[in-house]
Amino acid sequence: MTITEKILATHCQRKEVKPGEFIQAEVDFLYGNDITAPLAIEKFREWGADKVFDLEKIALIPDHFVPNRDIKAAEQCKVLRKFACQQKIKNYFEVGRAGIEHAFLPEKGFILPGDLIIGADSHTCTLGALGAFASGVGSTDLAAAMITGKVWLKVPSTQKFIYRGSLPRWVTAKDLILYTIGDIGVEGASYQAMEFAGETVSHLSMEGRFTLCNMAVEAGGKNGIIQPDKVTFEYLRSRTTKNYRVYQSDPGARYSQIREYDVSCLEPQVAFPPLPSQVKGVSQIDHKPIDQVVIGSCTNGWLGDLRLSARVLKGRKVHPEVRALIFPATVSIYLQAMKEGLIEIFLEAGAVVSSPTCGPCLGGHMGVLGEGEVAVATTNRNFTGRMGHPKSEVYLASPAVAAASAIKGRIAGPEELG
Amino acid sequence: MIIEGRALKYSDNVNTDEIIPARYLSTTDPGELAKHCMEGIDRDFLKKLGEKKILVVGRNFGCGSSREHAPLALKASGVRCIVAVSFARIFFRNSINIGLLVLESTKAFSSIDEGDELRVDIGEGKLTNLTKGETYRTSPFPSFLQEIIRRGGLGGYINVKGK
Repeated sequence: MTITEKILATHCQRKEVKPGEFIQAEVDFLYGNDITAPLAIEKFREWGADKVFDLEKIALIPDHFVPNRDIKAAEQCKVLRKFACQQKIKNYFEVGRAGIEHAFLPEKGFILPGDLIIGADSHTCTLGALGAFASGVGSTDLAAAMITGKVWLKVPSTQKFIYRGSLPRWVTAKDLILYTIGDIGVEGASYQAMEFAGETVSHLSMEGRFTLCNMAVEAGGKNGIIQPDKVTFEYLRSRTTKNYRVYQSDPGARYSQIREYDVSCLEPQVAFPPLPSQVKGVSQIDHKPIDQVVIGSCTNGWLGDLRLSARVLKGRKVHPEVRALIFPATVSIYLQAMKEGLIEIFLEAGAVVSSPTCGPCLGGHMGVLGEGEVAVATTNRNFTGRMGHPKSEVYLASPAVAAASAIKGRIAGPEELG
Repeated sequence: MIIEGRALKYSDNVNTDEIIPARYLSTTDPGELAKHCMEGIDRDFLKKLGEKKILVVGRNFGCGSSREHAPLALKASGVRCIVAVSFARIFFRNSINIGLLVLESTKAFSSIDEGDELRVDIGEGKLTNLTKGETYRTSPFPSFLQEIIRRGGLGGYINVKGK
């Protein structure tokens, strides 16, 4: 069995599961945000439920439209806050004390290898980087799991992605996943587990691994997963004292497909609108002026991403015709960035540093695009109108490319800065 | 269960940002969401939908965000059934969970023209094009999903079998 199959089998008390089977699996941890949880809470009440199944296994994190962007958003957040209070759910995290859910939860040690996690947000797949099964679901699923502690799942087949070679300078986990989606397409891993492996992945930091798994859903994947290793254990050492189970894919595990990539000559990648699969190497891109740069999100708002951006922006200025917006993914990341002097570098370069939020990634607030405007973003989706006006454009890239583009005023790689 | 209606067509990779843009997600009211349904891809959607109650769409329908507001908006705007070449997985499970009927058929998309009169027999998994006199095969639902559908969504299912 693959690591994904083993975790699913354990969570339905079976020795074995096979791709295509439907199971009712026990959930170790589940969460929702200010967009998805209000709908779940409504269902919870509509169905006549009175208590959640477990007070410690549920987290409610307002992160999309916070700080409240308008009256309606404020009302949505109130729904979460009140529900958490009534139910005595311990893990409600207020704005200013958390951050983007997929970055905050692992940071605080809520997510462990071998866990089965569901989140009412498509980027829940991020957490598979820790060797957990983590998959995005909808609000009705969240409501049902809050009551029963279970979720229905179809056991996915697994596609394995093996990366070999050292990443060249300025090439990051973001480029790996963009390149992969470019190769397999937005349906390339539909309904499947994406298992990432190989020496390149072994050398990635935990943050890079989160970035890799984060965009599994952009290829249609059900979950992204990486076998835990010493990098994982080191990350968890200061974050949890709990025991956890480490699963590994068997040598004879069945894969629907195995793909191998030599990444030693890869260059930074850019995904053209309107699909994350329309990828080109940054050197192949013609002159493309931009209006905005967004660095942040559950994909690339990690501390390492801010350090990389600061390395590019230090001592330089954001192009006069560009707005550069930087969003640390969590409050702790923000604080650490401040201690390291990164925030000062950003502000001196002429960028805006915002409180952690999903905001502009989904055209919510804090940096929405107007008609005809073009952004380079370290986010995960470049669908039509994703960041604002239906006639605006989003190009997806790594923090290094985004920062270099902010300086040049057009899509540019960091190599161009000399 | 038999559903009849006219086809309204859209192509591949229609995503949930297009079905209901994020700027409208500050509500859970289906009626309110329906007003903006498909606004990201077709501002005339509601006008065109009229009597056409069956969407016939291409590959990967509903990809992107997990927002259940997307199938909810479609359902509230009067869509009775969606026939796709394929669905993105979260959209598919959300639709089943809220009792919006979804069917997969490759042949249907290439054969059906917009405005064709269709009849869907959910029990038999049969899709008939009354205009063209054709019948298309659809992927049968596993019995587990059929039961959720029969109970009108996940709510009906877990109330009986939950805990």
